[in-house]
Amino acid sequence: MLILGLVVAAVLGPLYVWWQNDNPTVKRYGIGSAVAVIGAAATPFAMGRCAFNEGTSGVDHLLAYSLMAGGAWLALMIMQALFDRSDGKKSDSAAMTGEIRTGGFRLGWWVPWMLLSPTLIILIWFLYLPAVQTFTLSTKLTKLGAPKSVDVCFGNFTELLITDPWKLVAYPLLAIAAVYGARFWLGRSERGTWNRKGAEVASMFAMLSIFVAMYAMFSPGGGGQVAYRPVYLNTVIITVGIVAFGMIGGLAVAYLAFRKIRGGSLYRTFLIWPYAISPAVAGVLFFMIFDPTAGIFTHTMDVVFGIDVPNYRESAVLAQSSIILASGWKILGYNILFYLAGLQTVSTDQIEAAVIDGASSWQRFVKIVLPALSPITFFLLVTNLTYAFFEVYATIDFMTKGAPAGKTSVAIYEIIRIGVNNGDLGRGAAQSVLLFAAVIAVTVWQFQTSGKRVSYGGS
Amino acid sequence: MAEGLTPGVKRRTWIRGRQWPYHISLIVTAIVIAFPLLYAALIATQTNTEIFAFQMTPGSALQSNFDAVWFGRDFAGAMWNSTVQTILVTTGKTILALLAGLAFVYFKFPGKWIVFFLVLITLMMPTEVMILAMFRLVSGLGWQDTMAAIVVPFLASATGAFLFRQHFANLPAELLEAAQIDGASPVQFLTRVLIPLSWNVIAALFVIQFVYTWNMFLWPSLIIRDESKQVVQVALQTLTNIDGALTYGPLMLAAIIASIPPAIVFLLMQKPFMSGFAIGQQK
Repeated sequence: MLILGLVVAAVLGPLYVWWQNDNPTVKRYGIGSAVAVIGAAATPFAMGRCAFNEGTSGVDHLLAYSLMAGGAWLALMIMQALFDRSDGKKSDSAAMTGEIRTGGFRLGWWVPWMLLSPTLIILIWFLYLPAVQTFTLSTKLTKLGAPKSVDVCFGNFTELLITDPWKLVAYPLLAIAAVYGARFWLGRSERGTWNRKGAEVASMFAMLSIFVAMYAMFSPGGGGQVAYRPVYLNTVIITVGIVAFGMIGGLAVAYLAFRKIRGGSLYRTFLIWPYAISPAVAGVLFFMIFDPTAGIFTHTMDVVFGIDVPNYRESAVLAQSSIILASGWKILGYNILFYLAGLQTVSTDQIEAAVIDGASSWQRFVKIVLPALSPITFFLLVTNLTYAFFEVYATIDFMTKGAPAGKTSVAIYEIIRIGVNNGDLGRGAAQSVLLFAAVIAVTVWQFQTSGKRVSYGGS
Repeated sequence: MAEGLTPGVKRRTWIRGRQWPYHISLIVTAIVIAFPLLYAALIATQTNTEIFAFQMTPGSALQSNFDAVWFGRDFAGAMWNSTVQTILVTTGKTILALLAGLAFVYFKFPGKWIVFFLVLITLMMPTEVMILAMFRLVSGLGWQDTMAAIVVPFLASATGAFLFRQHFANLPAELLEAAQIDGASPVQFLTRVLIPLSWNVIAALFVIQFVYTWNMFLWPSLIIRDESKQVVQVALQTLTNIDGALTYGPLMLAAIIASIPPAIVFLLMQKPFMSGFAIGQQK
């Protein structure tokens, strides 16, 4: 089975070379084939070929093949970068690192290394080393503080997924097909027609189908499997909630506050200060507001509106909403700050022209201001996502501690619950790898999109 | 329209007609945003009895709440720990980032692009995704309950290195030529030429790192278990329970006290923070 994967890599490697290069030499086809095989073989051999042992399931094989594909792809990308360098295509490393044109100081070779060594030592020791250890831990069953550990290969991962390998292949493929189908339709449709509108709606649903496919791939629990599906769903709900609330609210307030007005900078200070508040303090403040016995929220609802609000820690919707509100409030200041800076760069000439053309203020906002802000929006989207993934931990810890029944236990909270509170390092590390993959996906998407879809305006 | 045609006139205001609707909506927005903190400030002055009676005027317990927090629970100690941690991390990070920026811009050496990528890739490696392995690693070093555990791993940052790289690359190259003619060493060049030209960037990085470090919660909650060594954000947690019951007043007061240092730093350094950020955004 392993051999089969390597043979496929040996064939696909040259194909990649043919696709990426104009007129590749025979030597390069050979290199491509070899590099693909090495990249594909790296992970299974590092893991002792455990996924193909006797008694392994189809899901194990599938995960091993995915890692092989990823390894081969990464190796080919590095190879292509080296090809481009030797072709003189993208060898401008001086411009990339910001090197000045004179080349700088001419001193011993060790001087720059000495300047960089503190940074490098800490990054390698406290970032790269734990990153590698997270991957090795994820293939083991090991208890916190216990010296013994058992190798379980992909066991910590397969128990998070559904058990049918065919469905595991089909769901992501269907989602990818939907995305490319919608993209094809978009390319075929004329701007401003109903056909185009249909294609736009279809591409929105196609993006959504990726999240649905992932939902379907995670195990609902039972039969010795871990119920990861609810954790995934909680993470998506709370993340989307925080990002939507924080960004829409931030833009709305910034759009109100950026105009020149007497006392403008004072107003701005009174709007952005929550930036300095910690997620923990945000949790404490909203813990007080929503407290079922002493909080102002429950009391006001009862006295003024006659509504008997249940304990927010016992209702999934209320618990999730309160986390979203607290975290969204905290990130609001940050978003207002950056939107205010962004709004200063919006061209007043364009606005004047639109006013003369009789555009309504809403049209001006949608057609001119929003596109001009898209680089800032995109930047904020990524920072807000990171915030909602990680910083939300402290807020949750103060407000709900994952209650009710784990409905506010998001990915990072679950990692600590499993890895530290239960002391199950291996299982916690496996969930960390999933979160790591999500962060990498967001970053790759950021790099791909920042050059393409985002408008950087005329200037 | 006439003012718009005059060169040199300051940016036109977009507000035509009355200003007071904007004033009112801004004041209302500011109050809504401030509400959680204002409410906490009210609670901080009250006893539990006053809180349960939903008294909307300042209560009688500010002094006793403060004593309970500051002396009873040694919140002062936690504040001190956070201050030491934050100062060490922000200072160390700034120095390391300055040195890295210097090496990236003013030196040419083989393997530079590999180092550059090594630093660049860490941008997509948040500590949180490897926190279990890091917990095992740092515990293995015997750093549990020490200041080193909450300082050393955070001394290097890709953000800082790239911020200074960007800033230095935009400075005129003649600076270096002049310094080389004077026979200045790299460190002299850094301290006498680059740093005086970089205060805005240093201030921006200082604000970001100060707020980030001061507000750190997850990592200290794992690696520091000794209450006397704990930082302020985690110490808040012990205040949710005083004498076996939840006392709201001291908790709210502590939350407010814990927010004062980052708020002061942020408000005082707003201007350099924004201009330093503008440098970071330049393409």
